[in-house]
This record gives sequence, C-alpha cells and structure tokens, in this order.
Amino acid sequence: MTNSPDSEESYLEHNLEKWDSVIASKHSFLDIDFKELWRYRDLLMLFVKRDVVTVYKQTILGPLWYLIQPLFTSVIFTIIFNNVAGISTGTTPPFLFNLAGIMVWNYFTSCLNDTSDTFKKNASIFGKVYFPRLIVPLSVVISNLVKFSIQFLIFIVFYIFYAIKGMEVQLNSSVLLFPFLVALMGILGLGLGMIISSMVTKYRDLSFLVGFSVQLLMYVSAVMYPMTLLKQKLPNFGWLIEYNPLAYVIETARYMLLHEGAISIQGIFYTVGVTIVIFFIGLLVFHRTEKSFIDTV
Amino acid sequence: MSSTTIILKAENISKQYRLGTVGTGTLSHDLNRWWHAVRGKEDPYLKVGDTNDRSSKGTSDYVWALKDINFEVKSGEVLGIIGKNGAGKSTLLKILSKVTTPTSGTIKYKGRIASLLEVGTGFNPELTGRENVYLNGAILGMTKKEITSKLTEIIEFSGCERYIDTPTKRYSSGMTVRLAFAVAAFLEPEILVVDEVLAVGDAEFQKKAIGKMQDISREGGRTVLFVSHNMAAVKSLCTRGIVLENGKVAMNSYIDNCIDYYLNMSTDVYNQTEYYNDTNFIKSIKLLSDNNSTTLQSGSSLIFEFEIDNSKQENLNLHIGVYSRDEEKIIHLSSEYSQNKSLFNKKLHRCIIEKNPLVEGEYYVNILLFSNDKKLEHLSKCLKFTVLNGDFYKTGSLLEKIPSKFLVDYEWN
Repeated sequence: MTNSPDSEESYLEHNLEKWDSVIASKHSFLDIDFKELWRYRDLLMLFVKRDVVTVYKQTILGPLWYLIQPLFTSVIFTIIFNNVAGISTGTTPPFLFNLAGIMVWNYFTSCLNDTSDTFKKNASIFGKVYFPRLIVPLSVVISNLVKFSIQFLIFIVFYIFYAIKGMEVQLNSSVLLFPFLVALMGILGLGLGMIISSMVTKYRDLSFLVGFSVQLLMYVSAVMYPMTLLKQKLPNFGWLIEYNPLAYVIETARYMLLHEGAISIQGIFYTVGVTIVIFFIGLLVFHRTEKSFIDTV
Repeated sequence: MSSTTIILKAENISKQYRLGTVGTGTLSHDLNRWWHAVRGKEDPYLKVGDTNDRSSKGTSDYVWALKDINFEVKSGEVLGIIGKNGAGKSTLLKILSKVTTPTSGTIKYKGRIASLLEVGTGFNPELTGRENVYLNGAILGMTKKEITSKLTEIIEFSGCERYIDTPTKRYSSGMTVRLAFAVAAFLEPEILVVDEVLAVGDAEFQKKAIGKMQDISREGGRTVLFVSHNMAAVKSLCTRGIVLENGKVAMNSYIDNCIDYYLNMSTDVYNQTEYYNDTNFIKSIKLLSDNNSTTLQSGSSLIFEFEIDNSKQENLNLHIGVYSRDEEKIIHLSSEYSQNKSLFNKKLHRCIIEKNPLVEGEYYVNILLFSNDKKLEHLSKCLKFTVLNGDFYKTGSLLEKIPSKFLVDYEWN
C-alpha cells in the first residue's frame, strides 16, 4: 500500500459509503444468513409443492405409489423374516411390526438419498441463479414428511383393522413424543445428506458408496427384528447395533406406536447427541461447499 | 438517490480455475493446500496460473479467468460488458450474481442484485405456466405476495394468456422464454444482471425485451449490467461499457468507445477501417461515420476518405464497390457521376453518404483508380466493415429484423 493522497481519498470514501452487501472470497466460519433463509420461505414451500405434485404426474395410481412400496415391502418382510425365518415379534402382528419399522426407516433413507445429490442434481439451476442453497435440502425433508404422513395414515388404518380383529391395544402417553422422533430421523438424514452432497461435488465415488451402504445399514438398524434379538443371537456383534443411533430411533418408534420392545433413555440421549453433531457438521460443510461448488461439480 | 451515487463497486476481482479433469491429482493438491492452510501459509496454487487466453498453450494447470477487475457502476446506469468468447464475461456475471465466489477481491453493492442468466431457470415442464411463474419468481427472490400482485401484468406482458394453465412442456421454446422473461422483467431489484437473453425469441419479442430494459433503467432508475455479443443491442441500451480481454479490463469508457475497441480488437471480427500504402497512388483510405467513429449503424453517415498522390496523373477517377460478405455488389460509387466528371486535382478526397442505406451485416470494399480511362490501381477487399442495426427511420427504436437488401427513405400519403 502506498501512502499517496489518492489512496487516502479512496480510503475516506470507502468509509463514507454505506454498502448493503459485499461479495468476497473469505467468510467467517459459520455465517449462515438465517434472515435471508426466512425471506425465501415462499420458495421453500413452492419447492415442496413441486416435489409432491410432480413426482407422480402422468401416472394412473398417483399418490397411491407412496403406499404401495411400504406395504409390499412389509408383506415380503413378514413372509421372509417372520414366517420363514421365524423371528418373533411378541404380541404384535408381524405385519404391523414391519410396517412401523419400514415407515420410519424409509423416511430416513429418502431424506438421506434425496439430499445427498442436492448439488449434482441442481447444478444447472445453481449455476444460473442465486438463492440460499439450504432451501433445497430443507424442502426435500419437508416433502418427504408429506410422504411419510400419507404412509402413517395407512399405518393407522391397519392398526385399527388389527385392533378390531382382536389385537390388544396398548397405547401409552409416549406416543405423543412420536413427532419428535420423526423430526430426529429427518434431521439425521438431512445432516448426513448434506455432508455427502458436499463431498460428492468433488469425489463422485461417494455416490456409489452411499447407494449400497444405506441398504446394508438397514440390516443393523433393527428394522425387521427387535434390538434385543441381535444382541442375544450375536453377542460379539452387539456393538454394531449399540452404536447405531438409527436402531434406537426405530426401536423407540415401535415402543411408542406398538408398545413393543424396550425404551432406552440412554440410547435416546446418545441419538440426540449424534444427530446434533452430524447436523451441525453437515450445515458447516454444506455452507462451505455452496460458495464455489459450481467450479468443481 | 442522486444519479451520481455509486451503486456497485468491484475491487480487484480475480478468479482462478483449475484446468483439465478432476481426478486423482485433485486430492493431492487439496491435501497440499490444506497442509499449507494448517501451517498458516498462503495457498501455493494462487501464485501460479496463466492469463486467460483460450488459444495459447499454457504451462500451468491453473488459469486466471479474471485478474484484478476494477470498475464502478453508478445508479441508473446501463453498463455493457463486452468481449470475445472466453474473455471472462460469464465468470464475472457468475460472481456478480453470487453463483460462485471470487478467488480474491470484493464487490460491494447497495440493494438487491437479481440475475437473468439464461431465462427460464427452474422451470418445471410438468407444472402449468401459472405455477411456473410462482416458482421462477420465488427462485429469483420474489415473495408469493409480490408475485400475486404482479401476476396479471406478467401474464399480459408474456402474451401467453391462453396457455397459462397448460403445463409448460406443451409450450414452444419461444413461449417459454417469453413467460420467463416476463417474470424477470417484473422483478424489482436495484441491480439487474442480464446475459444474452435476446438471442432467443422472435423480432417482436426482442424489441419488447429491449424496450422493457430501457424502461427499467430510464424510468425505474435502476441499474442494469448487460452482457451481449449483439453490438446493436448493446449500443442502443448501454451508456457505459467495459471490454474484457483475456480476463482483464481492456477498456472502461463510454459505450461507443468500447464498441470501437471491441470491433478493432481482433481478426475474428470483420473490421478493417483503414488502409495505408505509401508506394501506391492511393496512399490511404479511411472509413468514417458520425463524429469520426468507426462503428456504423444503418442510417448513420458513411464517409470514405482518400489520400491520393495526384502529382503525375490527371483526370483521376475513383470507383468504390461495396459488397456484402457473400460477394454480392450492393452499391457502386464513382466520381465519374460527379458534376466535374472526375476528381478535382487535390490530395484529399471524401465520398460522403449522409444516410447509409445498408442493412445490418458485414461488407467489404473494392477500389478502382483510373486516370484518363486507364486503370492505375485495383485494391481488392481493402476495407472491411460491420454495419449494426440502427434507427434508420428515426422512430426512436431499432429496425425490426425483416430481411431485406437495403433501406430507402419513403413517405406514405
């Protein structure tokens, strides 16, 4: 910097001018503009609407597809795991047991899968216009919530059906906390999805990895068996399920809805902790990536 | 806000890109960069990097798409950004519209920036026109309330009333663009960034779009940054301009100077408005237009200025043939038809067309010099020039692009 009167003048002018915004390369560690995010809330809702409405356009069954997938999976699980393999589901009908697990699991995987290709899928639109990128994964989580709600309705229908047929109804007050559990699942999926989506922009290898590891993850997440069963049968691999926050969520969900299995306060605190950590890492990584991903994608 | 307020200021904007594909090399560079960052050192790859020249073969894997760009824009100004392909125009616009960040430097601005980089961004083919207006508007930063209040105007401007409740996949590409431009036109940002939107759409719509942008800046008092290769559009819209060349600002001035600079910049552009040869009879030829500018528009004056060695010859006659680029002769100008039936015996001669009848396009000139009906000199394609679309009929706007060979003045009674 030279000390010419010219630079002094520009320095003064710089101080006098009031700028509304600055575009620069360096930003502080976490400077997410929540005000801006709030200003774009209409866009969030329009994205949700677009996702929900357009997926099944020009299909005959339309939103029924949201139901067919979990129902068929439950039927097959019931046949394989309960009828053939003989896993016991206690007093609960196996079909209902599986449906509850699959429903919650599906919400997690759809949040994860749909957010994990945020940057890749939206590269063309992100490359042309600016809006807070966070809107996209948030809209995915919300539109999947709509899908989940539809599936939850069919679960209630089957619940009532089994109740009429003579299943013992054991609802307790913990069911009121079920929405909290769903939110936890959504946030965990979102957090992981954001981390993966950010890394996929540079290293495409990850998108292959995610696809099949999510499938494998299901087998250690107590989706089609009670948590205690695995610990009992494979004591050496019990840690696999002990350290898996997803297993706690699914087990707890079944406890809330069907009064099946056990609730572990310790496990829930652990899950909440892991979720918060992953979510914030996700937010951080996503925020760093969104600034210049368009150069590498 | 007074008209002299600076609304946007770019300071030392640079942008570095890595060339080639992203592969195993990336990881090692990333690790190296990270290692430098951990030790608090400067990014090792920021020191290297070639200037942005598309055709030359560089030595480094890194290239500076933009290097130390500085400019200011005043409120209400329309700034044209021109340059050859790959000069860094799009990169600059991407930085301005916050799609990507600069490697170094800052841009400070007041108010909102909205960009129109390719219209129709985010249009979903399954949604109806109306739904897409909302979606696209929201993507561009409007709230639902704002869009609803302008919906009728938007639909009217687009001229797609009949199809507004039909999915946009049934639209023709022109209709999609019309609708998308309409949404953007009713955005009300303080700064609007526009990139090549006029390349699509029919003549009528292009005129409408240019008119709308003029309204935005003149009546709305808003600032527009306009990028285009269409010099006629740039000339009619912009007040000031910057020319980018190899990632640097080559010119920052009034728009006419910028267009002149751009047209003379390279051989890619069809322009050669001066000819010199000291050993010939014809020592120099210059092509001029209004105010000695070398950019020509339909309807502007067209002047050929010759310097001739008249010492030994007499009864000199000049013939000027103006040809279109596809080698069709458009005009023949000859001093034989002048009152004197030949050139006066002097050095400097001017052939003046007050209002040139040429349509937009590229032309070249052949010159013949006779003395007493004997051919002294024949210069083939000695001048080349580009005529831009202009306001031939003085209606206040550009001509519509209806193909014709030339223009004439006429009256209706």
